[in-house]
Amino acid sequence: MTKGNVAITVERCKGCAFCVEFCPTKVLALSPAFNSKGYHPPHVVAPEKCNGCDLCGMFCPDFAIHGWREKKA
Amino acid sequence: MTVHADPKGVLTGTHFIDGDHACCEGALAAGARFASGYPITPSTEVVERFAARIPSVGGVFIQMEDELAASIALQGAVWGGAKAFTVTSGPGFSLMMEHIGYALMTETPCVFVDVQRGGPSTGLPTMPAQGDMMQCRWGSHGDYEVIALAPNSPQECFDLTIRAFNLAEKYRLPVMFMMDECVGHMTEKVVIPPADQIEITPRRLTKQAPDEFLGYKADEDLVPDIAKAGDGYRFHVTGLTHNEKGYPSMTVKTQDKLIHRLQDKILQNADDISINEEVDLDAADVVVVAYGITSRVAMKAIQMVRDSGQKLGNRKLRIGMFRLITPWPFPDKKIRALAGRIRGFVVPELNLGQMSREVERASGGLAKTIAVTHAGGTVHSPEEIAEAILEAAR
Amino acid sequence: MSELVSLHENPTEQFLRTDRMPHIWCPGCGIGTTVNCFTRALLDSNANLDKVSVVSGIGCSGRVAGYLNLDSFHTTHGRAIPFATGLKLARPDLDVVVYSGDGDLFAIGGNHFIHAARRNVDIKVICVNNLVYAMTGGQTAPTTPGDALTSTSPYGTFEPSFNLPQLAEAAGAVYVARWTTYHVRQLAKSMFEMFNKKGFAFIEVLSPCPTLYQRRNKMGDGMETLRQYKELSKRKDGASTSEVGLTRDGEIVVGKFVDRDRPDYATLMKAHYQHTMGDKYVETGAIICQ
Repeated sequence: MTKGNVAITVERCKGCAFCVEFCPTKVLALSPAFNSKGYHPPHVVAPEKCNGCDLCGMFCPDFAIHGWREKKA
Repeated sequence: MTVHADPKGVLTGTHFIDGDHACCEGALAAGARFASGYPITPSTEVVERFAARIPSVGGVFIQMEDELAASIALQGAVWGGAKAFTVTSGPGFSLMMEHIGYALMTETPCVFVDVQRGGPSTGLPTMPAQGDMMQCRWGSHGDYEVIALAPNSPQECFDLTIRAFNLAEKYRLPVMFMMDECVGHMTEKVVIPPADQIEITPRRLTKQAPDEFLGYKADEDLVPDIAKAGDGYRFHVTGLTHNEKGYPSMTVKTQDKLIHRLQDKILQNADDISINEEVDLDAADVVVVAYGITSRVAMKAIQMVRDSGQKLGNRKLRIGMFRLITPWPFPDKKIRALAGRIRGFVVPELNLGQMSREVERASGGLAKTIAVTHAGGTVHSPEEIAEAILEAAR
Repeated sequence: MSELVSLHENPTEQFLRTDRMPHIWCPGCGIGTTVNCFTRALLDSNANLDKVSVVSGIGCSGRVAGYLNLDSFHTTHGRAIPFATGLKLARPDLDVVVYSGDGDLFAIGGNHFIHAARRNVDIKVICVNNLVYAMTGGQTAPTTPGDALTSTSPYGTFEPSFNLPQLAEAAGAVYVARWTTYHVRQLAKSMFEMFNKKGFAFIEVLSPCPTLYQRRNKMGDGMETLRQYKELSKRKDGASTSEVGLTRDGEIVVGKFVDRDRPDYATLMKAHYQHTMGDKYVETGAIICQ
């Protein structure tokens, strides 16, 4: 499987959890931590499952997360 | 800075045409290549002529679905780079008010032509009035200054339409071109000079690079340079209170700075903007202040009084004429100066007292102001104005 | 769609005025999701971004223009379409996109919508439909479905609502599709198709308004609405638009309903003047003054 990564801009997050819900490989969960606005941003709980499909990035209404695929060697 | 008119739009020659048609030719000579309109009497002939002329000049006329659309479509064209205008009369002018406000707030250079008819509401569609003079000044909500011109002949409909476009470009705002039904439908000789004798103010396009450009940072004359769409400036335009970058910034500070600049760019440049016809003012006892078609009736009245040999003491009564060619910005200083040395002003207009209130305000009690009102539908009789002149002299 | 190979920056980022982030949209609102789809469609289209103009009206969706790092115009309420019409006719070289909401485009701006569609002006219209006037506090819109509570229908709405795809088709649009913010890939693909379509193209995107629609109607948050979209929507490409009207809790028909060709306004204008005026017609491209 293609290896992917996600990057999260914690401070833009408003905690809607769309990325968590619709990640096809269940890479993410809402963090118990707060950002400065008091929302729970997502964090990566299963990095090995990420295939970089960027569905999180397409759903995220706050432009706070995106996924990408690593170049194959 | 000015350039010569593009000859493609200039119908050089001597013509026998009405004011509406002359206004259209003025717009073409000024470089207008886009008009969005909606039919309304007595203004329609302006866009009818534009619709007939523009395909062979090169440009677009579109008849929109209403005046709301007509008054914003032209602004889209302006931000694309065109010179553009729309034309209407009372009821349509009422519908256009929000977009006059939008053009003022966004500093969109364009021209709104209003061929005035009797109102309010549907009123007198085919008959003259001058009842929109305050509406063109105050009709959109909020505080602002406008520029308005009021021609009194078909020749001026041509000449002053060019001036309206030039002022719109120089000061970046919608200029109100306040005709009336009589001037619009009056047919007279109109001389259109060669293109190289017509001076045109070009758009003040920014020379800055996109990454340096601030769309609402004003120059010394309080007017910002402009960018047009498609050149990589990636600018933003909004009717919200905005900062120098053009971004919404709804703070007391930004509002104060922006609204004062929009006002001051007109008031501080009023001497450059304002033109008025001054006839026999030097030793006048009474000054008639008039504009548009009424100024022609007023000249007749002045002549009647002179011919009747009216005296003030043991000398002839002296009557002057101050014609408002740019009713807005109002020539406060000149009226005030006159008020200090004359007996009274006579202000005939085809409304129940609009510019007469300005004359009264500007004269600050130094001279009396007699309004010669008229509800519209026709012009004054010269006798009514003559009587008011005698009253003012008493 | 884009192959996101080692793209370490969010692909939407380059389209944003990042100095204006975070945006004003509520948690769970779907407008930002539509922007993701829009930016990916733009990337795929290889459009020259300097030649793309976005025009918005007023309202929550009307704020899209201000967040996009393109030539952008936040116009007056309901008048994005006539502004865009003027811009496009003066500058046929630009891609002009209208991005606004259901109240803006179909109540105060409804007349402009049908006339621009009738003329087949070559503009692309994206309507984010959240079923309510959100910016002003959740009032009834012409799209609010039967018996929903809004701030101006405290006992429920009783007005029939518009079926937007049917309206668009009847008025003359050459491309009509509907998606929800659950259908992110499909929406991005549809937007991409729309960019390549000459003429008046229309996409309706259903989007949650958790603050002012869902909450008042006890429908949960944005997530609840997305789950509802997933459950209730049924893709029917080519469906008759007369059969895709929305009800409050019923099936949501999504898909591409109309994809047809007819000459756009500028093409008709040029052909007509060439035919009637011959050599006297001066054809113009971009209208740019001195």
